[in-house]
Parts: sequence; C-alpha cells; structure tokens
Amino acid sequence: MEPNGGQPLLSLRNVTMQFGGLTALDDFSLELAPGELLGLIGPNGAGKTTVFNVITGQFAPTRGRILFQGRDITGWRPDRVTAAGIARTFQNIRLFGGLSVLENVLVAYHVRLRSGVLGAIFRSRLYRREEEQMRREGMALLERVGLAEVAREEAHGLPYGQQRRLEIARALATHPRLLLLDEPAAGMNPEETRQLMGFIQHIRREFQLTILLIEHDMQLVMGICERIRVLDYGQSIAEGTPEQIQRNPRVIQAYLGQAEADEEGQGARHDVAG
Amino acid sequence: MSLQEFIQQLLNGLSLGSLYALVAIGYTMVYGILRLINFAHGDIFMVGAYIAFYLVGVFYLPWWLSLPLTLLLTAGVGVLIDRVAYRPLRNEPRISLLITAVGVSFLLENLGLVTVGARQKGFPVPGMMASPVRILGAQVGGVSIWVPLISLAFLLLLLWVIYRTKAGMAMRAVSRDIEATRLMGADVDRIIAFTFAIGSALAAAGGILWSFKYPQINPLMGIYPGWKAFTAAVVGGIGNPTGAMIGGVLIGLVEVLTVAFFPTLSGYRDAFVFSILILFLLLRPTGLLGEPLKEKV
Amino acid sequence: MKSIYKTGLTLAGLALLFLLIGWANGHLNEYYSRVLNTAAIYIVAAVSYNLINGVAGQFSLGPNGFMAIGAYVTTLLILPVSQKQAVWFLQPLVWPLRAYSLPLWLFPVALLAGGAAAALGAFLIGIPALRLRGDYLAIATFGFGEIIFVLANNIIPLTNGPLGIKGIPNLPYLLWVTWGCAVLTVLAVTSLVNSSFGRALKAIREDEVAAEAMGVALFRHKMLALVVSGFFGGIAGGLLAFLVSTISPSAFTFFMTFTLLIIIVLGGLGSTTGAVVTAVIYTVLQELLRVVESPLDLGPVHIPGISGMRMVVISALLIAVMLFYRRGLFGGREFSWDWLWQKWTKRKGTSWNQTAASRS
Repeated sequence: MEPNGGQPLLSLRNVTMQFGGLTALDDFSLELAPGELLGLIGPNGAGKTTVFNVITGQFAPTRGRILFQGRDITGWRPDRVTAAGIARTFQNIRLFGGLSVLENVLVAYHVRLRSGVLGAIFRSRLYRREEEQMRREGMALLERVGLAEVAREEAHGLPYGQQRRLEIARALATHPRLLLLDEPAAGMNPEETRQLMGFIQHIRREFQLTILLIEHDMQLVMGICERIRVLDYGQSIAEGTPEQIQRNPRVIQAYLGQAEADEEGQGARHDVAG
Repeated sequence: MSLQEFIQQLLNGLSLGSLYALVAIGYTMVYGILRLINFAHGDIFMVGAYIAFYLVGVFYLPWWLSLPLTLLLTAGVGVLIDRVAYRPLRNEPRISLLITAVGVSFLLENLGLVTVGARQKGFPVPGMMASPVRILGAQVGGVSIWVPLISLAFLLLLLWVIYRTKAGMAMRAVSRDIEATRLMGADVDRIIAFTFAIGSALAAAGGILWSFKYPQINPLMGIYPGWKAFTAAVVGGIGNPTGAMIGGVLIGLVEVLTVAFFPTLSGYRDAFVFSILILFLLLRPTGLLGEPLKEKV
Repeated sequence: MKSIYKTGLTLAGLALLFLLIGWANGHLNEYYSRVLNTAAIYIVAAVSYNLINGVAGQFSLGPNGFMAIGAYVTTLLILPVSQKQAVWFLQPLVWPLRAYSLPLWLFPVALLAGGAAAALGAFLIGIPALRLRGDYLAIATFGFGEIIFVLANNIIPLTNGPLGIKGIPNLPYLLWVTWGCAVLTVLAVTSLVNSSFGRALKAIREDEVAAEAMGVALFRHKMLALVVSGFFGGIAGGLLAFLVSTISPSAFTFFMTFTLLIIIVLGGLGSTTGAVVTAVIYTVLQELLRVVESPLDLGPVHIPGISGMRMVVISALLIAVMLFYRRGLFGGREFSWDWLWQKWTKRKGTSWNQTAASRS
C-alpha cells in the first residue's frame, strides 16, 4: 500500500451531475489511493449512489472528469469501465435471478473470453479450454467466499445474506482493482452486519482491493473505514477519520434532520429488503 | 395542383389526422398509466364502427341515440378487456401484458370475422356527411368539414375531463406515480378502468367518423388506422394527450399530402408512416411534447 | 448421469428421428408429409425466434420480415429462368436475376443466401432498434416487418408485387431437407445458448443494468442474438417457399409472427426444447382444428362450418396461457436426459423445481 505520494487509483475532478433542473452532484471531487477503504456517507438522497453511477458510466456526468489509473474514463460505457477494472454492487440486489449461482459468476468472466461466437457454437478446442478454465476459476471463487455448496442453485432462491455475498462475488469475478459497494449491509441484522464486516476486510486483503463503500450502518462504516467522506444535497460537507467525522458539527447537523425519519424508516427498510 | 385541390387535400389531411388523434388518445392514456401498448386498441375502433353499424343500419335507431349508445357500449368492451385480460397481469413483467394484448387484438379481429363475416359492409352515412359544402370558394365533401369539427369537440371534451374533473385529476395522478396514488387510498383499478372507458369511447367515435369517410367496413379495418394512430401518439410524445392530438393531425397531413404530391409513392404510404415511427423512436423517443422517462438504477 | 450416456441417448434419438423420416418419405401421402414439413419449418422459425425473445429477452415482433426476406431471396435464386419470364409478365425482373438462376441441386446455396440476406436485414434493423428497450423495441421491429411487407407488395421488378411468385420447383426429399435444417438449427442454437455467449444473453434478459455492469457489451450481444435469429428465420422462409411452391407478401404478414409468438409462449419463453415440442403440437393442433371450421352433420342437425373459428380458438388459447399458465409447457427450462432420468428413478416427491435445480 502506498498511502501518500503515489498516483491515485481513482480521482473524480469537479464532477457535477444534473437531471433536468435537479443537481444530484455538485462540483464533487474525490481521490482514492490504491488499497484504501473509503466510506461515503450522507442522508438519504444526498447523491451517494449518483457518485457510483457516474464512476461506472451509468450516467455521463454533466461536468467534470473521472480518472482511473491515470486514464480518463469519463463517459465510458459501463461494460468498458468494468473491463478497465472497476466493479460494483447494487443497493437493491440485482442478481441474474433465473441463473445458477455459478452462472452468475461465469457471466462476469465472459468479458475476457477470447473465443469468437463460431468457436463457441462449434466448441473449438480453445473455447472448451476457456470454458473449463472459467468454471474452475468460478468454483474456486465461490469456495473462497463460502458459496460453493449452493453453486448449482438458482440465485433468486438464496437467503438474503447469501444473495448479498453472491453479488460481491460476482463483482470480484470481473477481477477489479476498485470495488464499489452500495449499502452492502442494508436489511441485515447486527450479527449479519458483523459477519459482513469481516467478509469485506477478508476480500480486501485477499484480492488486494481498493474499496469505496456507501453505507447507512454507522457500526459498519466506523468499524472498517479509514477515511470517510460525507455528502449532503450533492455536496461534500466533510472528510476525515471516523473519530473526526463523529465530532464534526456539520455532519451532526445534516444527520439530525434525518434522525427521526430514519428511526421510522428502519423497520420498513428491513421488511422491503428481507 | 390548383389552389382548390390543395385546400381539398389539406382538409382531407386534417380530417384524417383528427381521426388518428381520436384513436391516439386511447393509446397514449393507457400507455401513460400502464406502460402498455394496447395492441387491441385499433380493433376496439373496429368494434365501435360495427356497433354503430348494427344500431343504425340494422335496428334503425336514430343517430342521436345510436352515437351515445355506441360510445357507451364500446367503452364497456374496453373496460371488459382490461378487467379480463389485463388486470390479472398488473404485477407481471410488461412483456406478458404486451403478449396478451397481441392475443386480444387477434381475438377481436377473428371474432369479427366469425360473427359478422369477412365481407365489406356498407356503412349508413347520414345525409349531412354526404352533401358537399362550399368553403373558401372550394367545393369539398361534407365529411372533410364535419369530421374534424366533431373530432375537435370530442377532444375539447376530453381535455375538460382530464384537466377539470376529479376523475381526470385521478388519472393524471395515476400516470405520474401509480404506487403513490395507491398509497393515498385511491382505487387505482377503477381509475384504470375509467381510462380504458374513455379511450375506447373515443376510439368508437373515431370508428364511426372513419366509416363516414370510408363507408365500407370490415373486421380488419382497425389495423392500419390503429398503427398510424399509435405512431401519432409516439410522435406527439406518448403519455401526453395534447401531444397525441398534435401528432394525429401531423401524421394525417403528412400522409395525405405525400400521396397528393407524389402519387407514384401511394403504395408506400404505410411503409412511410412506419418509417416515421422508427425514426421518432430512435431520434426523439419522447416525442414532441413528452417528458423523458428515466430508469432508476 | 454420465455425459457419455447422454450423448448416446441424444444420438439414439436423432437416429430414431431419421429412421422415421426415411419411412415417412416413402409411405406418407401428400397431406401428411405436408404437415410434417410444416412442423419442421415451424421448429426452425420458432427456435430462432425464441433465441432473441426468450433467451435474450429482447422482444422482437419482426420474424415475419426475416422469413419474407429469406423466402424471396431463395426463390429468386432458384426459380428457373423460363418460369421467371412467365411470372414477371407485367414488368420484367431486374437484370442479373432475369437471366441467371441456380440449378436446383444448388438449393443449399440458395437457402444459405436467403439466411444471409435475412441476417443482413436483422443487422440493419438492429442498428436502430436494439438501442431501444422493451416495448419500443417491439414496435420498431413490428414496423420493420410491416415495411418489408409493403416493399414486397410494391417493388414489382423484384417481388412481382401482390401477385406473388408461382412455380417454385419441388425439392425431392423435402422431408430430409426440412428436418435436417430443423435438427441443425436446434443443435446450433442450443450450442450457442449453452455457451458463454448464451449466458451473457440470459444475463441481459435477467437484468440489463447488472449485465452491463459485469462487463457484457449489451448492444453487441443483442445484435448477435438478433442476427443469428434472423439468419435461421431466413432459412425457415426459404424452406417455406419450397414447401408451398408459391410465395406472396400475404404469406408473411404479422400473422406469421403471431403464430411463432404463440409457439414460443406455449413452450415457455426461453426454452428451446419447449419451442420444438410446441411447434409440432401447434402444427398438429392447427390441422385438428380444421374440424371446427368444416361443416358438421350430426344426423338431423347440420352445423355449417365457420371459417376463422380456428384463429378464435388459438388467440383465446394464447390469452388463457398468459393468464393462467404463464410459464408455458417447459417454464423456460430445457428438457434434459437428467431430468427424465430423475423422473424415472424417483417418481414420487420430486417437484419440478428440485430436479431442475440439481440438473447439470
């Protein structure tokens, strides 16, 4: 890990995202050093997921630039961004429900397939080798994340916690250097959240990942992030270590307005997610 | 082309366009609420024409009674279709709904072929429509004047319903956010049924006026007018009733004037309209007046 | 079950099929061979249509257009020159086609050319249409089919317009050709679906946004499915031309698409084997339903035949399936020997889901 001085893995420079008259992200800048684990927090509707969507190419930003490993990836299509080494999970789980757990992971390997369509249809030697290789790698990956026993089951039949885990595994299968996790603990109970924390730290070490994490669960954010950035109404309002953020008056103020709504929302969110 | 001919063609295009507008309303309102392309809508137009044909031509009811009765009965058919074929699929993927709509379309057409037969039937046209009218020094058929005028009256009535009545407000609310409206305690299914009723009644009006203009009716008569009306809805911005009206008139004018100026291309007029449809879907899918639809990620 | 057994069973099944065709070729009268040929052509058309609609989840309504292109191109290449002169009596056929035709024994070339032309058509409509999603895609492809129909009606020097083209020569051993094509289509499409490309297509069907986020290039893969689908659709059209020996635009209206749609929905969207089985069932059903259209004499009671009744029944069937049995015959899954084996070995207590989950 190179904490300072080295080239940042990802940098967002003055990114603004507007939808019609609504400014979802306003002049937002961010740098991520290789190996870092940064938490992105903020009240509902602060623009956190929008940050992910502009990084992964879901939306092209209205203004500003996005650089990954020194390359300008602003406005790239999502599949090219993924191929460049950025993977993500979704806030509302988006698995390929009708496909098996293993197939979910195999889809992520497809981008690296060298055989052409005809090779695949006629099962050329190269294709057969690649397919076998993919399956071996896929099973090994599932083993590493503890999903090997359910490899043949359909994804939508998995329990909630395993679905979250599979989404992360699928992202890992694209061989990312940067992993974007969008509220991975949403809908989990404290025990599951504790397990998830361990899991995130585990894959971070094992796959040498840089991680950008959106999360509402403060236990998780404060527990594993080295640095936290706070968004409110599309603007950065604070950045610092967990301790600094917890004491920051602006952050407290931004969250106070939300506190009541969040308490009411907690139970509901659990229902929706479960 | 002489000025008189030009005026005639212009009026012709206007009357055709106003008919497309009437039918396009049904497409656009149903799409606005259910995101469903109601494939069967063109066939409802046909059903309306046949109901009027039987009321007037077979039971000899007067027009002042037949017209409202036809609108009412056709509205009933529309509501019935929604109740039986579409409502059970509300929470299913939209493609299931679309396939069902294709099925309903074929069912109506073939029920028509079985019950009333494939042969063309002569539509009873009231004298007022048949007699010529002088306008701006040009002699034009009554239909070219009366059809757009009556259509306009219906369209104004519709705008009044949508923007000035409680039911209209409910419809607009549902098309904006169906879940929120449901949470607020509104009976969404009833509002949707009402939408189908209005759309179908206007299609029936369109079917009757169409049959004044082209007084030979058959069970497949709804297919092409239906698609052109759909194109009109897309051109105007699908989901937007005012847009559907503008789109309808535009498509009507373009169709008639193209054929008038380039008679050799008359065989291609349908292909022409479909090309406009594809072009609009591609270059301006939101149409002239539509708001962009965004998918939430 | 070991894969060598499965391959063996598949080969045995194929051998059985070919034995049946060999027998049918000599023993069946014209009516029955026609039904068998139709079934094979529907298999080719439905399996390829299912690839874009069911597997990739891109709702196309344009297979009638692809079949029309295939049928016309095949016919124009194979129709004898003398027959061409007889058919285009109002306006002559355009030049190179007017003077040259392929000999009949080169019919595979004509069929392949028809498929290639349809694939090209698919590519061209795909460029605009595949940028659209869901029902807009459906409408754009529908428009494509209609445009092809209008063109076929109007470009008389190429298509002879609404009068159509008569006198397409008979192919000897047509049953072998149609069923051979059916088998090849099923094998090729199944192989594609079970490959990495097929997984990418299914991923697009399940969740487009997630598929793209996993690195699947959406446009390219949708195009792949559409072009392959168009290719085999074109082949089906060419076969149809040989079977009916007369083609006209009216053979390729939206009604053809509707028929194929019913077949793949009944079979369970996404299931190739489902499409095969229902293509055959549909063909037979269509023949059986002639009963409801023919006059019926029950002693003193005489019921006159109602033409069009078949289509009423069939459309009502489609709606009923959508309302009450949406998964169709195969529920989007495939027939497999494993499944059959498990059905056989443990008859009781095995639900469809369990077997499907544990199949390989």
